[in-house]
Amino acid sequence: MKRIKIWAIPAAILLLMLPFVVQMFDNADFLLRIAVMIGIYIILTLSLNIIVGYAGQFALGHAAFYGIGAYTAALLMVNYDVSFWLALPAAAIVTGFFGFLLGTPVMRLKGDYLGIVTLGFGEIVRLIFVNWIDLTNGPMGIPGIPAPSLGSYTLGSNMDFYYLVLVVTVISVLIIRRIVQSGFGLNLLTVREDEIAAESIGIRPMKYKLLAFTIGALFAGVAGALFAVTAMFVSPDSFQYVESVNILAMVVLGGTASIPGSILGATILTVAPEALRFISDYRLILLGLIIVLMMVYKPSGFWGESKRKRNFFGMTGR
Amino acid sequence: MLAQQIVNGLTIGMIYALIALGYTMVYGILKIVNFAHGDIFMMGSFFGLILIRNVGLPFVVAFALAAVLTALLGILIERLAYRRLRFSDRIVPLISAMGVSIFLANLAQKLWGSEVHTFPKVMEIKTYTIAGMTFSTVQLLIFGLSIIAMLGLHFFVNKTKIGTAMRATSISITNATLMGINTNMIIMITFAIGSALAAAAGILVSIYYDAVYPTMGYTAGLKAFTAAVLGGIGSIPGAVLGGLILGVAENLGIAYIAAKYQDIIAFCILILVLIIRPRGILGKKEINKV
Repeated sequence: MKRIKIWAIPAAILLLMLPFVVQMFDNADFLLRIAVMIGIYIILTLSLNIIVGYAGQFALGHAAFYGIGAYTAALLMVNYDVSFWLALPAAAIVTGFFGFLLGTPVMRLKGDYLGIVTLGFGEIVRLIFVNWIDLTNGPMGIPGIPAPSLGSYTLGSNMDFYYLVLVVTVISVLIIRRIVQSGFGLNLLTVREDEIAAESIGIRPMKYKLLAFTIGALFAGVAGALFAVTAMFVSPDSFQYVESVNILAMVVLGGTASIPGSILGATILTVAPEALRFISDYRLILLGLIIVLMMVYKPSGFWGESKRKRNFFGMTGR
Repeated sequence: MLAQQIVNGLTIGMIYALIALGYTMVYGILKIVNFAHGDIFMMGSFFGLILIRNVGLPFVVAFALAAVLTALLGILIERLAYRRLRFSDRIVPLISAMGVSIFLANLAQKLWGSEVHTFPKVMEIKTYTIAGMTFSTVQLLIFGLSIIAMLGLHFFVNKTKIGTAMRATSISITNATLMGINTNMIIMITFAIGSALAAAAGILVSIYYDAVYPTMGYTAGLKAFTAAVLGGIGSIPGAVLGGLILGVAENLGIAYIAAKYQDIIAFCILILVLIIRPRGILGKKEINKV
């Protein structure tokens, strides 16, 4: 059995105590709301990192999967009174299925082409959200998504949402960590580095790329369901192209193929816009600038692969 | 009815073709998708708008000046956001390009507001009817200027010394440099021409639809990219052909299927082309060597 890292215990205590600490501030609800969004973005960033970082496939339509997850959960809960605890896995499975469906033809494509196709897919999905009014209520979105209940207790406050998201995020991070550190993850890295070499040692690139894409989509669905239930409202506006870019920026800023990197990237890019409220008008201009500067001067991100103890190039790092 | 739809489709197809040329030229040389190209197109429209509406220049002067300014913008972007990334992993310049795209779209929004600006009237709008098809003067202007620009580009790339250097660079940057070609200069010229063509397209489409707004680059850019891919990315005649086919297909779709699915048609074409024939109609087959 692996030893629990020493820093994990204070980190866990801090995360569990955070809502009580936050209560001391006037804008506690706002701060908790940000914490909830950080959790959701961590799942999204990690799920995209499986595809972009580990499998090396440049996908640009992640907001589409996020949206499919959110709408699936919202529609199930509002129209069919399905409990959240069923809607969450259902959203994950439906989104994973869409990932599989899209991945089957497009995983043959390479590099930029894949990026553009997934971008096109993202746009098609958003246009369907806007135009299929009978199902999605069009641009008005779906309001009144009920709060999940645990036995007789209803998880309705921001603090409840915080713990809900915390639990789901931690479980997701642990699962994704198991996935990418397994033999499967190593195979993915092999495919990323050289598809032909991978094929020559018996790793089928298509199979691994497709699996990575499906798993990535599946976790984006989880994030979508969490978003739907914590925001209590979904509309096409939340799943625009900018959202895909935002998630990709989190992956890249944090560092591709790195779990702590993704967590860091998601946290920084969720907190920064709120912290930069006073220059809110320039926020996106700044985001664009940061992405360019990052690519020019530090394309490996804040916590890239080489910082990992065990990596593809050697067991204990370079 | 059908003929009229085709005429309208060809008009917008010309615009797509002009933008697609920029994509295809940059891709031909640097093998990167210049994601910011749609936003360069948008900036071109705004330059045109500002020069005519606020500065009060006559149309022809404003048109030329906007093209020059946009060309400079293209050169600047290449210099700052792409040059250092020329030999890095392919995903890196692509993300950098997206950064530029976000930057430009939001800069425009900050500078000129997110509302839709109308374009000042630059010419008498008359319509002519020939064999049952209606042409407006704006459509004729689009046809005329686009064809001049395309023929000019064709001549430039195939008959001049710089054009030859450009083609050499697109085959191999390293070898072209060894042959004494100033490849940095060639890449700058490529960006300048592509951006100027995008500005021309931007101003023409702004007159045609009478609308200029900061997010216009996104959809137009994506569609022009579709056109470039459809025709075979890297191929100049391919970009024109792809643009025209896409324009017509889209217009027929609006007329006979449903207007609200206009954008979906383009994206479906894109996905189908990439899956069935990724090298496009006129593209060269890429040989994968081990």
